[in-house]
Amino acid sequence: MTRHAVLLVGLVAAFAVSLVVGLAVGAVGIPIGEVLEALTGSGDPRTRTIVVGLRLPRVLLAAEVGAGLAISGAVFQALLRNPLAEPYVLGVSSGAAVGAVTAIVFGMTTTSMFALPIAAFSGAVVAITLVLGMAAAAGRGLDTHVLLLAGVVIGAFFNAIILLLVNFADLETFRAAMLWIMGSFSGATSESVTTVAVWVLPALLALTLLARPLNLMSVGEQSAFHLGVDVGKLKLMLYVGTSLVVGVCVAGSGAIGFVGLVVPHALRLVGGSDHRWLLPACALTGGAFLVLADTIARTVVAPAELPVGVVTALAGVPVFLWLLIRYQEGT
Amino acid sequence: MSLFELRNVSYRYPGAGQSALEGITLDVEAGSVFAMLGPNGSGKSTLLRVLLGELETSDGSVTFSGRPSDSWGRREIAMEVAFVPQAEPMAFPMNVRSLVEMGRYPHIGVLGRMGPEDRAAVDGAMERAGIMDLGGRSIRNLSGGERQRVRIARALAQEPKILVLDEPTAALDLHFEMETFELMRELTEEHSFTVVVATHNLNLAARYASRLLLLSKGHIEALGSPDDVITADTIGRVYRWPVLVTAPEGLGPGAGAPQVVPLSHDGSTSSG
Repeated sequence: MTRHAVLLVGLVAAFAVSLVVGLAVGAVGIPIGEVLEALTGSGDPRTRTIVVGLRLPRVLLAAEVGAGLAISGAVFQALLRNPLAEPYVLGVSSGAAVGAVTAIVFGMTTTSMFALPIAAFSGAVVAITLVLGMAAAAGRGLDTHVLLLAGVVIGAFFNAIILLLVNFADLETFRAAMLWIMGSFSGATSESVTTVAVWVLPALLALTLLARPLNLMSVGEQSAFHLGVDVGKLKLMLYVGTSLVVGVCVAGSGAIGFVGLVVPHALRLVGGSDHRWLLPACALTGGAFLVLADTIARTVVAPAELPVGVVTALAGVPVFLWLLIRYQEGT
Repeated sequence: MSLFELRNVSYRYPGAGQSALEGITLDVEAGSVFAMLGPNGSGKSTLLRVLLGELETSDGSVTFSGRPSDSWGRREIAMEVAFVPQAEPMAFPMNVRSLVEMGRYPHIGVLGRMGPEDRAAVDGAMERAGIMDLGGRSIRNLSGGERQRVRIARALAQEPKILVLDEPTAALDLHFEMETFELMRELTEEHSFTVVVATHNLNLAARYASRLLLLSKGHIEALGSPDDVITADTIGRVYRWPVLVTAPEGLGPGAGAPQVVPLSHDGSTSSG
């Protein structure tokens, strides 16, 4: 077996463990044996309600969103040839959040189940268009500093719009809208798990299938073009795909940062930059990372909850630094 | 047979006041080294990009192998023509062999797998570029000359008939520069390649290329054999600097080719 295959098998195992941990740990601790019993439909009905009814949707949503955000981060980094690019840092998550909040405030979500994902997707597309447009207008090419600055400014602007919108809303809407700024899985239901799955999983599969041309893009658009890639078409597919993934993820759980930054970085240090391994690895690791981050978010100050975005930042940054020092040069 | 035919080609960058290229008519013949010369900003890189279909002409036509260049599919043309850029972004660590394997993309596509013939092409390209021993190294740990050889190997792995290089030796020392030009000669003489190279090195271009193009401010200033193009008058005028042109013997390939010696500003060969 190749090194990448071994690593992927290990990540599948780690992902499975994270799901079980996410189901077992909480305000009420449940032994792993009882968790597995509950999943198979046997055991104590009260335990079954907690595991299957309450925790399972939350764990599955965290896994989907983690996979989506980590893959989107890796794709943005390759597209922009910038290791710091990430949906949250680029303001794309905030754009999606504006779309989601707009749909909620104006009551569009009650009329159609497609309204929320479509509004969030549109917000993400507007944000990425604005950020790339600003960066292109302010300097030659895609300079790292200009791009990040544009992302931060657009992100701040969108957060201000969210606050403006919710200012006119009732208290209940205000609380719901705040979740989109902070990021939380507390609203997870089996419906939200299904909605995210229906949109995100096919998009993730499509992005993963484009791994080889994405490898070529990471050495520059000119080189990719001359190696036989239809650069314009590929970029369009990748931007639409990632905007869709980010939009739907944000619609499901709000703008959660650092997953798309830390997970691809750490995996590149361990297994190199080939997207044929990196993208599946991002799905597994991003999923596991958010499941564990959410488990921490809902247990450390129980019965209260931390926003999961706080946990991802606090947990992700030291891990990233450690990996950076541990594997200076990894291929 | 003409591989590339440019007829009255002009190109203006979006928003630019002046055309970067104006009225370029040109044929690139198969089986030789064709060198593009000219001062900084004269349009060499733009002409390469127009030639390769990367930029759409504002006016005029470009054909490759008798077909309009925009009618070629990306992968289809990448099996015929390979391009070696001046430099590439190195945002992520990547090992040398996987970079060279990218050259197989036109042959295997988005979902195909590397077969034995692909691996053989990669091995052959790495051997010809002299980087067999670098396969497992990270591109980030290589010198400028080694990185350039990796890019040349990737282009050769495409198994093209035409190799196009944009200032391939701009940052290289004498050893790597000579190796690169020797490789171009070997490819054309022994493997019937066609090489198109944009370069600032007038002397090596005169020795290694059979035809030269001298650009100045987007126009063709001279086009023809080294003896036609490299004259003290033409070079002095285009580069706005006095030069002496000699034809030393004993240079090996390209013996007798005109060689340019820049004079000091008052027209003498030494500052003393």
